[in-house]
Amino acid sequence: MQGNTKFLGRMLLFSLVRRRSRLLVALVGVAVGATVLLGLVTLCYDIPRQLSREFRSYGANMVFVPDGGTGRLALASLDRAVSLLPAGGLVGVTPFRYEAVRSHLLPYTAVGTVFDSVRRTSPYWRVTGAWPSAPGELLLGVDVAEATGLSAGSPFPLDGRNSSMALYSGEFRVTGTVATGGVEDGFVFMSLADMESLTSEAGVSDLAEASLTSDSEELVRIAAGVRAGVPGVDPRLVTRVTRSEEQVMGKLTALVYLVTLVVLTLTMICVATTMMTVVLERRREIGLKKALGAGNRRVAREFLAEGLFLGVLGGIAGSFLGLAFARIVSVSVFGRSLTPEPWLIPVTVGVSALVTVAACLAPVKRAVDVEPALVLRGE
Amino acid sequence: MPNIMEIQDVSKIYGPLKALQNITLAIPPGQWLAVMGPSGSGKTTLMNIMGCLDTPSLGEVNLDGVKLSGLSPSGLTALRREAIGLIFQQFHLISYLTALENVMVAQYYHSMVDEAEALEALGRVGLGERARHLPRQLSGGEQQRVCIARALINHPKLILADEPTGNLDETNEGLVMEILHGLHNAGATIVTVTHAPEVARHAERVIVLEHGKLVTDEYQTHPAHRPSGAGSGAGAPAGAGPGTEDGPAAAPETGPQGAAGEAAAPEAGA
Repeated sequence: MQGNTKFLGRMLLFSLVRRRSRLLVALVGVAVGATVLLGLVTLCYDIPRQLSREFRSYGANMVFVPDGGTGRLALASLDRAVSLLPAGGLVGVTPFRYEAVRSHLLPYTAVGTVFDSVRRTSPYWRVTGAWPSAPGELLLGVDVAEATGLSAGSPFPLDGRNSSMALYSGEFRVTGTVATGGVEDGFVFMSLADMESLTSEAGVSDLAEASLTSDSEELVRIAAGVRAGVPGVDPRLVTRVTRSEEQVMGKLTALVYLVTLVVLTLTMICVATTMMTVVLERRREIGLKKALGAGNRRVAREFLAEGLFLGVLGGIAGSFLGLAFARIVSVSVFGRSLTPEPWLIPVTVGVSALVTVAACLAPVKRAVDVEPALVLRGE
Repeated sequence: MPNIMEIQDVSKIYGPLKALQNITLAIPPGQWLAVMGPSGSGKTTLMNIMGCLDTPSLGEVNLDGVKLSGLSPSGLTALRREAIGLIFQQFHLISYLTALENVMVAQYYHSMVDEAEALEALGRVGLGERARHLPRQLSGGEQQRVCIARALINHPKLILADEPTGNLDETNEGLVMEILHGLHNAGATIVTVTHAPEVARHAERVIVLEHGKLVTDEYQTHPAHRPSGAGSGAGAPAGAGPGTEDGPAAAPETGPQGAAGEAAAPEAGA
């Protein structure tokens, strides 16, 4: 039987190799299907990772507030909370401290923060002029700038009272204006160090915003860990952001799977059409094989084996092309290289083989129905 | 010795068309029978029924002691595989396989491939040197000889040749007929379907069909060509015995005896 198996292999190989043009059409069809399949599924796997970075431009997705919603957040507690966040997925944490101040007798809300962190957690801030980089510098929200007519370079004196009702005052210089389209446009921003120095009160903030690349389920787990591990800190998810992320990600993934399904269907149609043509072209050969004593099962097996061979070959070629395709898309769309999933290669080859064999079923039925007496008739 | 084939009152009816009507025929082992008739006379239909490629609408066919009417399609396929060697007018070689592989295909569907044996079969039809050529690299005559080698490789009990020289020139026709003579002399039972009298006159028995009816059944006392050294001829299996030169009564006795004793073609594979 070994000789027969070897001979069947030879027949299959030669039927493909010595009829290259037909093989090529079917092979290209299967390979394109496999390319798109592996490319898109790889992207599907990588998209959450890629997009979660992109989504961070929408701002923080977790906020730390004092436990119970009253009092202030100790910066030491905040540091402990930050130590519980996954280092690899942490984009940044920014503390915000709010103080009611006056300037030229008019009331304002001054916010002390860390500008380097703000740039990471709130990349949507649009600053005109320059970010404060030295003590005594501040940013004006655009609404404040418009109301006061101040701009970069203008002096901005401040005074107020701290929690001990002690009077404080200081002279600041405007370096620029900030626009966010939100409440920030009505605030005055200075560094946290300046605020601590101005108010003579250090080590506290009112809240901190954290930006993480984790999905919503992981965020919930992280929040629970922080809540349990750091007393006095209440981590809350910014549901507006996390929900949006979830929705966009879900829709995008569904779209990718839909496209994959369409491509697989088209592949199936292409292979089925090609195989149907092959059957029509080879009716006499099929008739001859049946005349020589090949039963229907044997004819069917041979065609399915041919389909399987095509599927595996196309699947292997498509897998490598798919990886290249996914890499190109990842770099050109997301600007980052992707991490290939090796297990997707055998899965792609398997799916290609399965789809090709399924596409061969109708043509095989046709082949089995060939009547040797009719197709071998002399002329 | 029982007949290789017995056809009893066979008709083949396609709606209003009667392709065959009440044909009765017996073919003893070792006989060379030519089936003649004009186009549409039912020659091919009769050959298809003989070759288990078709079934009769009425009547009974018996091949090598097996009643065809009791067989399922797969049973017919199995019987065809074991007992029939088919030679076609258009050769029907598989285009992507070499001459050798085309012969091996018949082995593959019969039992077991044997390259040496296939090569030997090609050698017997004078194509040992052309075994590795694809059909498109062979002439019509060479292709037909590959077809003959393929038909013989499994030692069939009955060789059915449908217009075996229909697509050949005179030289190749001569070569093919020479091979068939060699086979016949070795004891093979052959049925050739032809509308050419010059082909039919090589056979020892000629039947003529017209409108599906058997109108003539004659034995030729002096068939056209009977090479004396047929056993060593291109188509004859090694050690082939003497052929049948007598009339109808002699055919069952002399032909099969030679075949049963020595010939590879008809009996050895049984």
